[in-house]
Amino acid sequence: MALPSEVQSGVIHDIGYRNYTGPRLGRSYATRSLYTQSLRAAYGLGRSGKSKVLPMLVLAAMGLPAVVVVAVVVITDLKSLPMDFTQYLTSFGLFPEIFLAAQAPVLLSRDLRHHIVPLYFSRPITRGDYVRAKFAAMASALMLLMTLPMAVLYLGSLLAGLPFGTSTVHLLYGLAAAALYALLYAALGLLIAAATPRRGFGVAAIMGMLVISSVIATFVLGLNGGLRHDPVESANWAATLSPATLVDGLVNQVFGLVTAPQVLHAPGPLAAFVFAAEIAVLVAGSYGLLLRRYRNV
Amino acid sequence: MSTVIKTDGLTKRFPRVTALDRLTVEVQPGVVGLVGANGAGKSTLIKILLGLSPATEGTGQVLGLDIATEGPAIRERVGYMPEHDCLPPDVSATEFVVHMARMSGLPAAAARERTADILRHVGLYEERYRPMGGYSTGMKQRVKLAQALVHDPQLVLLDEPTNGLDPVGRDDMLALIRRVHSDFGISVLVTTHLLGELERTCDHLVVIDGGRLLRSSSTASFTEATQLLAVEVTDAEETVRERLSTAGLSVRADGPRLLLVEIAGEDTYDTVRDTVAELGLGLVRLEQRRHRVAEIFADDSAGHIGSQATQATPATEATHAAQADGPDDIHTGGVPDGTAV
Repeated sequence: MALPSEVQSGVIHDIGYRNYTGPRLGRSYATRSLYTQSLRAAYGLGRSGKSKVLPMLVLAAMGLPAVVVVAVVVITDLKSLPMDFTQYLTSFGLFPEIFLAAQAPVLLSRDLRHHIVPLYFSRPITRGDYVRAKFAAMASALMLLMTLPMAVLYLGSLLAGLPFGTSTVHLLYGLAAAALYALLYAALGLLIAAATPRRGFGVAAIMGMLVISSVIATFVLGLNGGLRHDPVESANWAATLSPATLVDGLVNQVFGLVTAPQVLHAPGPLAAFVFAAEIAVLVAGSYGLLLRRYRNV
Repeated sequence: MSTVIKTDGLTKRFPRVTALDRLTVEVQPGVVGLVGANGAGKSTLIKILLGLSPATEGTGQVLGLDIATEGPAIRERVGYMPEHDCLPPDVSATEFVVHMARMSGLPAAAARERTADILRHVGLYEERYRPMGGYSTGMKQRVKLAQALVHDPQLVLLDEPTNGLDPVGRDDMLALIRRVHSDFGISVLVTTHLLGELERTCDHLVVIDGGRLLRSSSTASFTEATQLLAVEVTDAEETVRERLSTAGLSVRADGPRLLLVEIAGEDTYDTVRDTVAELGLGLVRLEQRRHRVAEIFADDSAGHIGSQATQATPATEATHAAQADGPDDIHTGGVPDGTAV
């Protein structure tokens, strides 16, 4: 009696079990594989069509305004970009936040929910490798999201014949800002996502954290006279209350992008140091808690 | 590699319970059943064998590698099929198994090739390209087995692989597990709380209870013939019993119309036949009793409790009593072997 499948297709031949004698590439390869898979998953690649919709929409929303800006510059023959690279990231900062809220739970909550985590740990990688791969994947996905529009702006500014040196330096400022956003957002977002196996809770909690902290920061800024025509310098300390304003304030101060007193910035070199230290503590602390979270899974 | 798993005085204590208590066991290549009630320490043992959880005391080797220091090397050579569901629903079986192969260190091309092979071996064909959320329990169990085998391990640890399957699916899975050893040459450690299915599948059984080793021996020795004769009559078993006792045989009742007669010699069969015929009764059954794996729980655990009387709680005694009642199923209130879930 033949197997039904052989009858139906007529091409499947049972050639028996074959042993694998090829190379086994070990832990670091496995960690890299997890990184690649997670980065792809953050954009819905290798998953169902439905899960590609949101990340791709956010990517488009983040990139399209850059195309418009470039078009305006080229057509109207402007002498500089109407919007600096870092300014672009601040103006469209909502999109990386949405991306983080939607996709950090995809990377962590999904593995918890479907009990895939123990399966990974039954393979060569360690708990530390898992956290490292997921963190790198989330940060890279965010970085990619923010680099795309800046690349468009940069190429456009070269196309429009804007000074090469200035554009390049400001692009580097933008990339540095994007890296800080990516690290800080990834650390905070993943920590929250790892706390719940429910994706919906993760999305809501991350978005809530970002929105509420930024509302509080703006509120405190306004209370201290930071929103007036002649802003009170010390009101800028309010930027420490929210991840987005924290990076924005630090970058503006350090790279000398404070073209007007209304631009949010760390008030003074000491403040810049405090802002930087806060970012470092938040990233390292979240990463450490994340490691601890997985120690007993 | 002669010994697949070897433990020596393996102990695991949690703050409130002792999950494993000085477990010393040696497992040879083949299909080995790890038997024990829920909470007997099976999953704890698997975790320790994978090098995921350190033992409180004692040592152990898997494939000749030390569990305390060579965990990553063990995990590269061992496959693990967890008891619980572990499949993301929005990913296809192919995509998932390829990823797990790479997580075991296989290069991308080899991972794809072996995934195609192994999914065919476990019996997944066209459906492998569909998201796994729509799979039946039987298909999911096959994918779980496939991910444990895809990197061609030397040993697979299967945790309750027949859970939730209907009788046909269970038979298929058991046949597949036999093939994993006979055709693929991979040693198997399979846990279950259903004893009947292990009698058919395993070469060797390791029985643990309350973290202690009850017995470790070949399946044949568990089921060897006893010196007992089961006699089933149509009626009046009390009279039969008296007559046989008078004839000098040792007899005890074992359920309605069923008597167990100790075999004194060849003429015991004649005595039973003649006695039943004289009384004008029908003889339904006359057969030499075989041991069943379940008996070990009825007998040995009773002794275990006796010697550990101070530690035994009423709850465990109740569990043991229930085990004695349900011969094929250690899991109290579980489903007897061969019955649809």
